[in-house]
Amino acid sequence: MSAMKKSIVGFFALRIPMIFTLLIVAVIVVIIGNFLIVGGGHISWEFLSTEPRNMNTEGGIFPAIYGTVLLVLIMTLAAVPVGTITAIYLTEYARQNSWLARTIRFAVNTLAGVPSIVFGLFGLGFFIQTVGAQIDRVNWNQTMSQFHASLEARQSPVAGGKIATITEVQKYLESSKEYDWKEQISSLSTFPRGTEARVNDDIVMRFMDDKVSLKWGKPGLIWAAFTLALLTLPVVIVSVEESLKTVPKDIRAASLALGATKWETIRKVVIPNSITGILTGSILAIGRGAGEVAPILFTGAVYSLQGLPSSLSDQFMHLGYHLYILSTQSPDVDAVRPLQYATTLVLLALTLALNFTAILLRSHIRRRQITS
Amino acid sequence: MAKEELHTKIKSEALSLFYGQKQALRDISIPMYANKVTAFIGPSGCGKSTYLRTLNRMNDLIEGVKITGKTYIDGIDVYSSGVNVVNLRKRVGMVFQKSNPFPKSIYDNIAYGPRLNGIKSKAELDVIVERSLVGAALWNEAKDRLHDSALALSGGQQQRLCIARAIAVNPEILLMDEPCSALDPISTTKIEELIYELKSTYTIVIVTHNMQQAARVSDYTAFFYLGELVEYDLTRTLFTNPEKKQTEDYITGRFG
Repeated sequence: MSAMKKSIVGFFALRIPMIFTLLIVAVIVVIIGNFLIVGGGHISWEFLSTEPRNMNTEGGIFPAIYGTVLLVLIMTLAAVPVGTITAIYLTEYARQNSWLARTIRFAVNTLAGVPSIVFGLFGLGFFIQTVGAQIDRVNWNQTMSQFHASLEARQSPVAGGKIATITEVQKYLESSKEYDWKEQISSLSTFPRGTEARVNDDIVMRFMDDKVSLKWGKPGLIWAAFTLALLTLPVVIVSVEESLKTVPKDIRAASLALGATKWETIRKVVIPNSITGILTGSILAIGRGAGEVAPILFTGAVYSLQGLPSSLSDQFMHLGYHLYILSTQSPDVDAVRPLQYATTLVLLALTLALNFTAILLRSHIRRRQITS
Repeated sequence: MAKEELHTKIKSEALSLFYGQKQALRDISIPMYANKVTAFIGPSGCGKSTYLRTLNRMNDLIEGVKITGKTYIDGIDVYSSGVNVVNLRKRVGMVFQKSNPFPKSIYDNIAYGPRLNGIKSKAELDVIVERSLVGAALWNEAKDRLHDSALALSGGQQQRLCIARAIAVNPEILLMDEPCSALDPISTTKIEELIYELKSTYTIVIVTHNMQQAARVSDYTAFFYLGELVEYDLTRTLFTNPEKKQTEDYITGRFG
């Protein structure tokens, strides 16, 4: 190879990695800078604290912030304990090459590679249509047996096969002191032959039987949070496992040699010495979950909301999903653009804040460990 | 010297240990006496540390270890099914080759064992911490910094802290796995003096690479070679008048 050729190769061998590295930095600077400049101007207390108005072209994003924070919180409560316990089992208890440990590891790795939209569909199919629907079914059956008992009570106009009009049945139900039959009363007003139709207890029951009211068997906060928890679980498990492994063997041995049980050793030596890693890993996993939209598409996020979610079964707004709606479903592209940028900035700030919390926590605990 | 009554504290009979297919200990039979220091010597990989760890069942932690034969402490087989490993380890303390204090304060290191045993009262723990540190000849150096990190101590101090931590739970036996191998001569001297004092209270078994150390601190010495117990005798006898050729070659430095 000629000297010139060599110097050209050397030039590129050195410069190309450098250029790529700078490119990554540039991308981050452009992303954050762009949103800071364009969106920053639109951030105001009003934007952060009010609801969207006028088809999302005005107003703020408070419900989306509220929903995102709530979602992340519930997801954390689900994913971190389960993930930590799994990781402790895998590193501390399972025999490293046992069939069970290998199966769990395989499952965790596979889970980590599943596209997030598949988690969304799984959440819909499993949590909502299976678990939720089953809960509703059980609750409904219980309600219906109470309802039947009410229809058969002595004062009931249709007790024991007597015949009465729908209006009479409704009136009787309204007078019930024991149960609140509001939903059933309004259902009965949709009776196909009108409220003056004459019915007996059987007909009423048959009419009511398929009027299952959906509470858990529909998209809601808890199912979205669980779906998201499944998505972040592998990340939590792997990062907790890694931090448990950093605890030196010899201090575990010291604890065991003093007559500590395995669990005492884990609780008093292993976890305190890896808590930084556990927390940092968890927060990073949560940060990843906070930005995901696909898993919550079918499991609870909505594009607009009356009031804020107040129950685990309520639907919610979400910053990521809201951004998608702003970008694709807007009637007025120009009016919505600043909101779009500002929303992105808030979402970015939220996830970056999680990352910074992780960093601060790590340095704080590290300092405390050195001085104590 | 007047002939004294020897009380057998630990006794192994035909103890063999396998790592998977590989046999690491072959038919070890040895008695060890109460309030005596027994030293194990031998070249690296001869099984002396492995044997030491069978006495408090630390080998249980290694996957694929199989043990045959018996080891008795006070006449009870430590590998019989009725023995609670946790209780065994409370009676048989251990000091490791590399000092391994917990990344906690000096006080918390020593209080760790007593706390496991359910002692919560601060007054009681204070007494134990002081007694243990005095016992490990560390009190004068540590009394003003009990709540400083144990990791701030020097290597020799850390090793004495580990001894203090081990004796804080009132064991009957103290196992020491090359406790001075990472220490400078002054720290080594201190620990050797300590061992001499501790033997009035504890039965001590020490693994050492250093034959002068074995000669200085121990009453009995066992020479291990390739997983076998070659010779076991009074230290004085073994070093001055060994029975076996292998022992003599080793202690005179012809191999090892």
